Amino acid sequence: MALNRDFVGRSFPPGEPYEVSRVKIREFADAIGDQNPVYRDADAAKAAGHPDVIAPPTFPIVVSLGSPALVDPELGLNYAMVVHGEQRFEYTRPVRAGDVVVCTSTITEIRSIGNNEKLVIETDISTTDGELICKTYNTIVERGA
Amino acid sequence: MTAQVKYADVEVGTEIPARTFPVDRANLVMYAGASGDFNPIHWRESVAKAVGLPDVIAHGMFTMAQAGRFVTDWAGDPGAVVDYGVRFSSPVVVPDDGGAQLEISGKVEEKLDGNKVVVALTARAADQKVLTRAKAVVRLA
Repeated sequence: MALNRDFVGRSFPPGEPYEVSRVKIREFADAIGDQNPVYRDADAAKAAGHPDVIAPPTFPIVVSLGSPALVDPELGLNYAMVVHGEQRFEYTRPVRAGDVVVCTSTITEIRSIGNNEKLVIETDISTTDGELICKTYNTIVERGA
Repeated sequence: MTAQVKYADVEVGTEIPARTFPVDRANLVMYAGASGDFNPIHWRESVAKAVGLPDVIAHGMFTMAQAGRFVTDWAGDPGAVVDYGVRFSSPVVVPDDGGAQLEISGKVEEKLDGNKVVVALTARAADQKVLTRAKAVVRLA
């Protein structure tokens, strides 16, 4: 089904702040099978120059996944037919335990590719103090029937 | 922390030795829980097949995470990654019996200012390229 083109350029204000915990970072590192001590051990992270344990490079997806942009029924997205097309992260610094972050998302592109619909959403992940940590570019594809 | 690999020691064309990462259904269940992506195509065969997939497929972000780990293990510091992007070109099909094998390799494609390099990544499963245009920019020592 065609997605609602009126959503191109629309921005979604930050929702509830997300507090990054050591436990969540370790759970994520376990799930991806990554044993790096900077994800688990605050002393190892400090020895490496970080204030606390840091999160793996793909961790920001956990924070940005809760974007309200894609669940608005007016957009017309059929989640069952969605696949991930592309993903990119631009980092100012790694996410780390203790960060309290908010996401601001903008839909930058919607277009048809054959029977599929492609949607690009950009998200700024910043601390509640206004420090930009990471910018994400998420392309999803709704497969046509 | 600075990366352990030195900028001066790599050239355009320097290859990062290939590694194989096994993926099974338990990995996908753990990843669903940790990431919050509970789409059943990643853990329920009947749902995957009902939407036209050959079987359960891995989360694209799980595959991206494995290629990310390949880069950070090489560089020595996960904080050294300044940019990382991929296109998901083909799904990683994960059968109940035996799972799948992800084969990841990389090559230094370009040297940039500020001790940064562009690493081009290749990821294959079952002889299919599962990531394309996969690149990480890493700040080396």
